[in-house]
Amino acid sequence: MLKRLMIATAALSLALGVGAAQAQEKFKVGFVNVGPKTDGGWTQGHWTGVQMLEKELGDKIEVTFLESVPEGPDAERAIEGLVQAGNKLIFTTSFGFMEPTLKVAAKYPDVMFEHATGFKTAPNVTTYNARFYQGRYIIGQIAAKMSKTGTAGYIVSFPIPEVVMGINSFMLGAQSVNPDFKLKIVWINSWMDPAKEGEAAKALFDQGVDIITQHTDSTEPLKIAQERGKLGFGQAHDMYDAAPKAQLTAIVDNWGPYYIARTKAAMDGTWKSQASWDGLAEGTVKMSDYTNMPDDVAAAAKDMQAKITSGEFHPFTGPIYKQDGTEVAADGVVMDDVSLLTMDYYVKGVDGTPGTN
Amino acid sequence: MSMAEAIIVTIIVASTPLLLAALGELVAERSGVLNLGVEGMMIMGAVAGFIATYETGQPVVGIVAAILAGMLMASLFAFVTLVLVANQVASGLALTLLGIGFSALIGESYANKPGIKLAQIRIPGLSDIPFIGPIVFGQDPLVYVTIALVIGVSYVMFRTRAGLILRAVGDNHVSAHALGYGVVRVRFLAVLFGGACAGLAGAYLSLVSTSQWLDNMTAGRGWIALALVVFATWLPWRLAIGAVLFGAVGILQFHAQALGIRVPAQFLSALPYLITIVVLVLISGNRMLMRSNTPAMLGQSFVPDR
Repeated sequence: MLKRLMIATAALSLALGVGAAQAQEKFKVGFVNVGPKTDGGWTQGHWTGVQMLEKELGDKIEVTFLESVPEGPDAERAIEGLVQAGNKLIFTTSFGFMEPTLKVAAKYPDVMFEHATGFKTAPNVTTYNARFYQGRYIIGQIAAKMSKTGTAGYIVSFPIPEVVMGINSFMLGAQSVNPDFKLKIVWINSWMDPAKEGEAAKALFDQGVDIITQHTDSTEPLKIAQERGKLGFGQAHDMYDAAPKAQLTAIVDNWGPYYIARTKAAMDGTWKSQASWDGLAEGTVKMSDYTNMPDDVAAAAKDMQAKITSGEFHPFTGPIYKQDGTEVAADGVVMDDVSLLTMDYYVKGVDGTPGTN
Repeated sequence: MSMAEAIIVTIIVASTPLLLAALGELVAERSGVLNLGVEGMMIMGAVAGFIATYETGQPVVGIVAAILAGMLMASLFAFVTLVLVANQVASGLALTLLGIGFSALIGESYANKPGIKLAQIRIPGLSDIPFIGPIVFGQDPLVYVTIALVIGVSYVMFRTRAGLILRAVGDNHVSAHALGYGVVRVRFLAVLFGGACAGLAGAYLSLVSTSQWLDNMTAGRGWIALALVVFATWLPWRLAIGAVLFGAVGILQFHAQALGIRVPAQFLSALPYLITIVVLVLISGNRMLMRSNTPAMLGQSFVPDR
């Protein structure tokens, strides 16, 4: 509804503004998002980035930020609507927008597209992602140190490579501290459904888990953790305010610098299709303050963060084995980006199979 | 609390909003009106309940606001479909779209604000009885309101004159009109009751299940409520069973996953809808059941010929 209203408004302003805009043609940038900009997680992370972009290039650009666009055929319509409203650079910020983005991009070769977290590029489609797995390795280590039961709960959305990679990185981090660490994984089949996320958190705590982490977007699991006197990690956004007694740290997405750089490139004609994957080193991934933990745990976490940032350590360094014992990376070998981005199996120590658990 | 207690308590919390919304829709459908706007009324209840509670610090004010918001949405639907005689299916869908969009608009600055959770009641002594205590005497007040509403609706619908008139209007509006009953008035009131229940169900999501407001937080529960009414073949007590069953499937699948039982998560998520389809197939094969309970005028407009 809101989305349609915004498209209608955009179309209307285009129609009315033709004459007035001639004096100074603003560069139009569009964003298509899966959630509301106030979700406190993923989409809010992009919104924060857009605010930085507007601050930097405010008077030269015009941003349209579409919220709560469902993944699927509806997305195609939303993206095409942005093209028709005159947007020259369009960011689609969810994995499920991959095919719709490519479809629309094929029709409009003059428009530049950027798709977040996907793995398919085209001459006018760039992919961009952040190395969230770096943060997940750090929180895996913290979880293994802080858990008394030796078991963490993991609330997840959909069995896509990004999510599976996160689970594996978390587990590799935890295993580096406690080789027998256990993980209970619950799929809720949604990116954001606060009531359901809360129910999943309750189920995990009732099953004896004392730390949870999530790959869903609302703050509800952390709130439940606080209610139960348990611990957890923030996702995509610093969720400290929602659960000051439960959040250990949060993996924070910081898209602002990337959006500024790419918009500038698009405006001065140096934009090229690429597959970008920045992380802690570039500042696209940040860790929020380490709270609710002893000093030595926080110090070790900061140390690991520094090692990953400097490139001294890579979370996916062998030996890494699949569940059945097959070696995927030999001792000391770092897995390449392609095998990370297409990861569809769990590492040894994680039970179940992705999506069926 | 033992594991079984904990599971039962969470099932009750998951089932209550479904039952509330479905109960309201059941009354509306019994009067012959199909209101597909449950989701829209529910989400307006959720946002109104949250905002009023946030601003006043009083969950009771929030609950009243949610009921009023649901009724306001319902009166809009009733005006369009009963007075202006618009198509009920199209108007209901429009009501849902309106509710989702409008709630996002007015709730934008309240998203992720810390809310207040409606406390569970505690009766000294009774709430401490092992097992029975937390389940029977330790729920939030709205659970008891919901149970009372199910009993109340069941009684009024089948044991009172008012209930007889409601069903008469839903089964044959021409005859009811000929007998002198105000078909439009009865339907208007039934739709308003449906709106009040849906609004309350929405408040349950933003004040009990969670303590926050987020866009689209009803996440399709209004549609499950609609499916539940058919599942229950328009009988309130079956509705209660159905709601608990749907809630239980949702909660137990999380426990099953945490226990490592290997069932595809997508299958479990689809289960409530599969059950509804199975029930629909079964009851449509049973002519007696269909004939005796389905409101014959469901979804049909009525224009009094003076």
